[in-house]
Amino acid sequence: MRVALMVTCVNDAMFPGTGQAVVRLLRRLGVEVDFPQAQTCCGQPMVNTGYLDEAVPAVRSFVRAFEGYDAIVTPSGSCAGSARHQHQLVAARSGDAGLAAAVAETSPRTHELTEFIVDVLGRTDVGAYFPHSVTYHPTCHSLRMLGVGDRPRQLLENVRGLRLVDLPKAEECCGFGGTFALKNSDTSVAMGSDKARHVRETGAEVLVAGDNSCLMHIGGVLDRGRSGVRVMHLAEILASTEEQPA
Amino acid sequence: MSTPHTFVGMPRFPEAARAALADTQLRHNLAHATGVIRGKRAAVVAEVENWEELRLAGAAVKERALLGLDAQLVQLEESLTARGAVVHWARDAEEANRIVIDVARAHAVDEVVKVKSMVTQEIGLNEALEASGIAAWETDLAELIVQLGGDLPSHILVPAIHRNRAEIRDVFRRRMGQVGRPAPDDLTDEPAVLAGAAREHLREKFLRARMAVSGANFAVADSGTLVVVESEGNGRMCLTLPEVLVSIVGIEKVVPTWAELDPLLRLLPRSSTGERMNPYTSTWTGITPGDGPQEVHVVLLDNGRTRALADEVGRQALRCIRCSACLNVCPVYERTGGHAYGSVYPGPIGAILNPLLKGTGDPQTDSLPYASSLCGACFEACPVRIDIPEVLVHLRSKVVDSHRDDRVPKPEAVAFRGAAWAFADARRLDRAERLSSVAGRVLRRRGRTSLGRLPGPGGAWTDARDLPVPPAESFRDWWKRTDGGRCDG
Amino acid sequence: MGEVRAPRASARDEILGRVRSALQGVEPVTTPVVAPPGAAAPASVGLVDHFAERVADYRAVVVHCPPDGLAAAVAAALPEGARVVVPDGLPDAVLAGITAPVRDAGLSAAELDAVDAVVTCCRVGIAETGTIVLDHEPDQGRRALTLVPDRHVCVVYADQVVADVPDAFPLLDPRRPLTWVSGPSATSDIELDRVEGVHGPRHLHVIVVDEPA
Repeated sequence: MRVALMVTCVNDAMFPGTGQAVVRLLRRLGVEVDFPQAQTCCGQPMVNTGYLDEAVPAVRSFVRAFEGYDAIVTPSGSCAGSARHQHQLVAARSGDAGLAAAVAETSPRTHELTEFIVDVLGRTDVGAYFPHSVTYHPTCHSLRMLGVGDRPRQLLENVRGLRLVDLPKAEECCGFGGTFALKNSDTSVAMGSDKARHVRETGAEVLVAGDNSCLMHIGGVLDRGRSGVRVMHLAEILASTEEQPA
Repeated sequence: MSTPHTFVGMPRFPEAARAALADTQLRHNLAHATGVIRGKRAAVVAEVENWEELRLAGAAVKERALLGLDAQLVQLEESLTARGAVVHWARDAEEANRIVIDVARAHAVDEVVKVKSMVTQEIGLNEALEASGIAAWETDLAELIVQLGGDLPSHILVPAIHRNRAEIRDVFRRRMGQVGRPAPDDLTDEPAVLAGAAREHLREKFLRARMAVSGANFAVADSGTLVVVESEGNGRMCLTLPEVLVSIVGIEKVVPTWAELDPLLRLLPRSSTGERMNPYTSTWTGITPGDGPQEVHVVLLDNGRTRALADEVGRQALRCIRCSACLNVCPVYERTGGHAYGSVYPGPIGAILNPLLKGTGDPQTDSLPYASSLCGACFEACPVRIDIPEVLVHLRSKVVDSHRDDRVPKPEAVAFRGAAWAFADARRLDRAERLSSVAGRVLRRRGRTSLGRLPGPGGAWTDARDLPVPPAESFRDWWKRTDGGRCDG
Repeated sequence: MGEVRAPRASARDEILGRVRSALQGVEPVTTPVVAPPGAAAPASVGLVDHFAERVADYRAVVVHCPPDGLAAAVAAALPEGARVVVPDGLPDAVLAGITAPVRDAGLSAAELDAVDAVVTCCRVGIAETGTIVLDHEPDQGRRALTLVPDRHVCVVYADQVVADVPDAFPLLDPRRPLTWVSGPSATSDIELDRVEGVHGPRHLHVIVVDEPA
């Protein structure tokens, strides 16, 4: 099985540690991923802001980079959702039947990381070790657009040393929402502040989620409030071992 | 009722939201009310084993009505006429209001009682009647609170959701006596006591009213039956006691057959008030000799609905049965309230319905599709499966497309064109990332791990949130340097 | 209203024209949608008791009686000395429980407002939702009768109870005015908290007449 890592533009530029964790984790599970250098962005920021024409080059880069792979794995529920549910729309807008055909190949092969581990690899215990209290925020796109369900929880529950603390109102949006965070920054921050308050209420040392963009937002509010809570991508916890702790 | 209450001239959503967010009483009222209704809805929805199948059926019924709307409307008209109703057609608000005023004048009435109706708010009927010297008495408790308070509605189901019991008591004490029977001297803020005061205040109006105006939740084409779903009995009063009844019905309210009403009557109360069934549902079919109004008018209203129907992605919004479940679960609505949307249709459904009905071009309307984090909670709750996030994204593209020929493009458009250029070729992206890595290395050498307040557009982020300093090396460069971690130095 | 007829006709044509142009190329669906079945009453409770429980959930008063105890149950539902209005076609077995009933001979709304209670039958009882449906036949009377008085005593025969909403539809004639009643008048308009008692009858008293043993 040829597996490609779609690291996402946000992780590539801002959170390389998450991509490195995915590589380490999957290698430990016996999967060598490729990193197609032609990849750029899934196009979601443009689509979700209404710039469909501007999303076409990104989707072209996507299919060029990932054509021919059996599985495309990404540490982002949001970007997986974009590839699975929005690329057809962009391809249709481009009027290019070739692009639409290519998207029909790549879209269904795109997996969010926890879907790939649980559904494709059939693993719920990845042999991780992380001796900290952790609370988990299910991001909206993984929860409602992809329907990853309790896969992330199953994986976290099997991490040795980890104490999982329930997050109050966990399923409520953190308020990131892509350009919503800028265009409606007051509302975005009001939502983020409530989310950060719930995180602090848990007393957990670490907030974990499957999307670094949401974590950047919640973490930004937590840090501004000097909360001391650390935010981490799920992949980094799952990659963590006694020999190589996160 | 002399104060003009109107949404005209409302600021764009972000500015209106900022003002609303600063109102702590409002946020408290909304968080409490939406919390209560979410819990109730979740409990009664969980009782229904085949809820998802029921949603599919509800969506299919409304979709079937919309996709054959011309024939459905003609059939509805025939059925109504055969039962003695007078059918009118109104292209827009003005035409609909004119029809109601003409009927009122023909009967020389100077007041009408009203059943809570979104569509009459949409067309500004009360204001039009007032301008013609006809008083319109709202009889739904929440509408009464809004009307007496000279306020604007902020929720589809509970227009006074932004008011708590103490505020309602004050409005009743202050205003009831000016328009009819005053509130009792010993009025407390107990909800049951407040409801009792509304009963006393409105009863004299019900008993003397000669004409009523209603909307309709559904209009059944094959039988000519109109349906009003309510709780208090004010609807029954209006639909039963006066001699003349005018019902204004948006053309999207059609349900093809009597039997197809069934799934909708199962979906609506559970989604709306979180009840297995609402206290009262009235159905009537034209005129029934000896029972209820003996003159019945039905106004079939377009007012932008055909524009929405012409939008292949957006037309699903016309399936809406006005339950307001999407408002109650929306994290944006919960914090900003309904007034920020600048329309009688607030919340997620309002964010798509207003642009679909009015078209793009007005800055306030154009700001609505962006008033969402696209979290998807609305779609999950919608009993007729309107994919609101899908329509929001679609409408955003319509807003952007309407500005493609601007002589001076918006900074955002310039930025996205730049991004499109960079994302077209990974080498361009790599170069941009290297610049950011340089900045990151400089800042990190100075001991910075996060950025504080930034000037310019970045301030929208950093005014209340820290931003991490870019890493010294992108993932892409790390991969190249270490061969994917296989030869890490 | 003669002079405004012409523009109305053109509004009709214009709206239908807009609808047709909006739907160009769309195939209408000609077969009615078949909705999934409703809920069955829990076997452990039984249909009629399920109905009674669900009606009582709305804070309505629900009592059971045997067929020969109907008059007594009706009498017990009415306060001492209450002025009671009745529809023309109320069965004798129900009427027997009412002292000096006022027959509805086209009473005005104000006259109805002066009586204390109304006693009627109904067409259908829906167990799952705790709903009684009135179709305003002579055993129930015109709509105002069950609306204006503050107390509604409603007799439901056990064989009138169906399991859920879809089971009621085939039994109801849409050409009749229908009133679906689920508990007493209520509102959730103040802080979304349900309180009983606004404009409709504040007291709903349901008498379930059980099948003869």
